[in-house]
Amino acid sequence: MSQATLRVQKISGHSGSVPGQDAQREFTVCKLIDTTTCIGCKACEVACMEWNDLPFGETVFDNTYQTMPETRWNYWNLILFNEHEKEDGSLMWLMRKNQCMHCAEPGCLAACPADGAIVQYTNGIVDFQQANCIGCGYCITGCPFDIPKMNPKTNRVFKCTLCSDRVSEGLEPACIKSCPTGCLHFGSKDDMKDLAEKRAKQLREHYNFPQAGVYDPAGVGGTGVVYVLHDATKPELYGGLPADPHVPWSVKLWKGPLKWLGNVAMVGGLIGLCVHYLRYGPKDRDDERVDSEGGKS
Amino acid sequence: MSSSGHVLPQGRILRYAFRERLTHWIAAGSYTYLMLTGLAFWSPWCFWLAFILGGGQVSRMLHPWVGLIFTVAILKMYSMWAAQMRSTAADKSWWGSIGHYIRNEDEKMPAAGRYNPGQKLLFWGFLSCGILLFLTGIILWIPEYIPWNLRFLRYVAVLIHPAAALLTIALFLVHVYMSVFAERGAFGSIVRGDVSLAFAKRYHPAWYEEITGQTAPPKK
Repeated sequence: MSQATLRVQKISGHSGSVPGQDAQREFTVCKLIDTTTCIGCKACEVACMEWNDLPFGETVFDNTYQTMPETRWNYWNLILFNEHEKEDGSLMWLMRKNQCMHCAEPGCLAACPADGAIVQYTNGIVDFQQANCIGCGYCITGCPFDIPKMNPKTNRVFKCTLCSDRVSEGLEPACIKSCPTGCLHFGSKDDMKDLAEKRAKQLREHYNFPQAGVYDPAGVGGTGVVYVLHDATKPELYGGLPADPHVPWSVKLWKGPLKWLGNVAMVGGLIGLCVHYLRYGPKDRDDERVDSEGGKS
Repeated sequence: MSSSGHVLPQGRILRYAFRERLTHWIAAGSYTYLMLTGLAFWSPWCFWLAFILGGGQVSRMLHPWVGLIFTVAILKMYSMWAAQMRSTAADKSWWGSIGHYIRNEDEKMPAAGRYNPGQKLLFWGFLSCGILLFLTGIILWIPEYIPWNLRFLRYVAVLIHPAAALLTIALFLVHVYMSVFAERGAFGSIVRGDVSLAFAKRYHPAWYEEITGQTAPPKK
């Protein structure tokens, strides 16, 4: 979904410079999700479907409070549920609102070969432009969070836009607006980090969660969605949130050294063959050609 | 009819039978499409190739199917040519004299059979890279169906597929250069099937002896 009022700072599969890079002073926006006050009501799931006009799909009941096993191409916002038994035998219901993390260094964008199919705005939002998507699914491989999902009918990939259309008009994302407990916040990255750290400190000092902390993984350059977790040392408990997410090394190798090596080798090879022809020419001299009709033996 | 060639009545040698030529051109046509669309996916500098070939979505949709055609073609090549592509003791000395070959001093080269060791390298290189491209291509065809806990398959595929493709491009460039520009008569042989006796004698002396030894010498 293209947002005319948002400027672009990164473009997938793009040769040359990017129009919005270094062109505008803008806050990096951020969504804060406090898992400790999420009650799993799924208002955010409904708000997401409502605002984005996503078609209704079947839910999957698996004896938990989770709507379906994972996000879908038309279901971008899913609260993951985990019943966690602590060492003392007591139970915890861990709820984590899962959606695109809007990485500062997006693996999807790095892997995408289609010009302009994935963009990152100067405010940090990573947005898919389905009109330019060719359906290769490289973004699925580039993403360390398993977020991009393919629409099997159109072969185009979809995910959470962080309501870039709303944000471009100065509104908060639909999920934020719907949250009844106030566990969702939206603002600048600095403000959200500050708020998150304060809440984590409160949890550590007053609520007997000594491991409480903020999830803003450095492996992807930080994320546009940060979590407050009761136990930041075990993010995997929260629906498999990766402890140290990073763009797969093979994607980095492919888009980095292999690309340059390959391009240099291809151009060098072509030049080498041309030079060889200039220096040595064809194998048979013109006065004793071997391809003449009949062929003298 | 032996697939390794025979002397034709008009005094030329049949080098490639019809099914060999057809297989070659199915492989060549499909490979060219795969290379051009593959280059489009490889680099933003080449993405325009996808547009002239019908658009990015169409290129993405057809690339795997054409890949299947290419895979079948190289497997057919394997069944036709594998026996003749086996490396022989003489091949080592051929590679030892590669400098003469590069300088077009073919008379100083050890006698090559129907295929010289460079052609054998091309064959085995394309075959092995083709199999790698097929296997990794299957994964890249349907990444959305590879389960999250098997994602390492995707990670391997996105690296191996372009790496193997680059190797085939190196082979492809040399192959086209040799057959179209360097060895005059080679291109005609894969189109019409026959070569002159002089061509066979110069570039494939051992094969020439084998063929002409079996058959009556041509009348001039």
